[in-house]
Amino acid sequence: MRQMYCQTLIELAQANEQVVMLDADLMNSMSTIPFLERFPERTFNCGIQEANMIGIAAGLSATGKIPFAHTFGPFATRRVYDQIFVSGAYARLNIKIIGSDPGITAAFNGGTHMPFEDMGIMRNIPGMTVLEPSDSTMLKDILRQVAANYGMYYLRLLRKNAQKLYDRDSKFKIGEAVKLRDGEDVTIFASGIMVAETLQAHQILESKGISAAVYDLFTLKPVDRAAITNSAKRTGAIVTVENHNIINGLGSAVAEVLAENMPVPLERVGVKDLFGEVGPVAYLKERFELSAEDIVNKVIKVIERKN
Amino acid sequence: MLKRQELVELQRFATQIRLETLKEIKNLGFGHIGGALSIVETLAVLYGKVMKINPLNPDWEERDWLVVSKGHAGPAVYAALALKGFFPLEDLMTLNQPRTKLPSHCDRNLTAGIDMTTGSLGQGISTAIGIALGHRLDRRESFVYLIVGDGEINEGQIWEGALFAPNHQLDNLILLVDNNKKQLDGYTKDINDLGVISEKFRSFGWDVDEVDGSNLGEIYQSIHRARKNKGKPSAIILDTIKGQGVKFVEETLANHHIKFSETEDELTQQAIEKLTNKLEKLQGVK
Repeated sequence: MRQMYCQTLIELAQANEQVVMLDADLMNSMSTIPFLERFPERTFNCGIQEANMIGIAAGLSATGKIPFAHTFGPFATRRVYDQIFVSGAYARLNIKIIGSDPGITAAFNGGTHMPFEDMGIMRNIPGMTVLEPSDSTMLKDILRQVAANYGMYYLRLLRKNAQKLYDRDSKFKIGEAVKLRDGEDVTIFASGIMVAETLQAHQILESKGISAAVYDLFTLKPVDRAAITNSAKRTGAIVTVENHNIINGLGSAVAEVLAENMPVPLERVGVKDLFGEVGPVAYLKERFELSAEDIVNKVIKVIERKN
Repeated sequence: MLKRQELVELQRFATQIRLETLKEIKNLGFGHIGGALSIVETLAVLYGKVMKINPLNPDWEERDWLVVSKGHAGPAVYAALALKGFFPLEDLMTLNQPRTKLPSHCDRNLTAGIDMTTGSLGQGISTAIGIALGHRLDRRESFVYLIVGDGEINEGQIWEGALFAPNHQLDNLILLVDNNKKQLDGYTKDINDLGVISEKFRSFGWDVDEVDGSNLGEIYQSIHRARKNKGKPSAIILDTIKGQGVKFVEETLANHHIKFSETEDELTQQAIEKLTNKLEKLQGVK
């Protein structure tokens, strides 16, 4: 994903001289050195100064630049929440914030580096768009939109390889969930790495004779209210799947729409108000109940509740 | 050096800014009076003599920018902007009223002439750096002026910016520290002593000057000199008094934010009359 990030950013910067890149001493981790080599004047490595980086991005955007600012997810959000809020969002500026290593993918960096709250706290900022792409084709396409649309964006980004989900040249629209599987008994909404996990669960469910619709809900905000409400009407039960705290994340966003529009049974797969810890991703998936099997169990439970 | 006539004009402008600031806060009945008054002379020099601005086109691309990082000094900035014609003088009486364009803290989206939204202390240094970098990328010869409070430099973000700006040779950035020696809870030396501010910035790589922040000529000279700096950002430490130029405010210990009782209202009225007389005398000076 990071190679795609850098390559796309270079393309965007070639097409539009306003595009600039900022980082806080993680350019090597993010593999963005090629951008620096191509555009040294338009690259600002702020060192380990996340707050300063966000403020500088705000100032640059006030002069018409389109800044993409990256650091690890927790430092791109909770560490600089007030800077994003006041210097960026409240000032109605135009910053594209990239937070890498979402949730359990922070793996061996452990609890300090493992954001289960980043999308939730970003969702709470007025006007902020919150995105979690699930594969590199999607990343490329939505980065173009992020650059072209004025405003504050938070994009949660896996650095490593994502499982390929979409055909080359697939097109996406920010705010519109992508239907990946049709189904009758239940609808599952997932984002990021959990989309691939959900497709695995889908296979298991199929073998059990359960027909599940699957959506990639890559835009957490503004959330696709129509897709959620229509799915609730059609299938009568919803499961949400996120590599994030179930409080204030995707599950909460879906629950809000359901409660107001079409209350149906809902079960949430996600981190249940816990801090992260060190370990390989496979272990963390089990530890935080984020596996295909956990999804299957929630689906069975929600279908039982339908009746 | 300023010519005598130029100096008199600036004295007049500073007196007007002080007068209008007092009227705004008196009308409202409360406000951040101490830290607004301490930067009156600085604002007079910036808006009266130094900054490239166009009140008819506040967003003019070639303008100089001002980031008032101590955003609570808004009332003094609004007075300067209104006097320069960015908006009608009557608007000053809407300070903090519902749906006003003049909120307590500076807001770039509400007020003509305000270049950056501030209010959460410490953040202005970073946004000012970003603006300065933007000018450099666009090869624009605009300066960025940045006013921070001395209390404000308690904030860690100030020192992030202090480290960054010299490393990027931002000679189009001029920082003005309003060293009025007080913060909300008392004297800065008692709360979290700043030590010698000039030495700190010098050691971070800034070109540093120290001036009497009530002396228009000195402030002008220092900024004039700073604009010629090459390869370094400039920091000007302004020796000021919190509540500067209004005796009863200067003498009030807790003068960061004052809620006016009848006494303060009366004292402000007297100060307004005194400043009005001063202005009349200055009008006569050729």
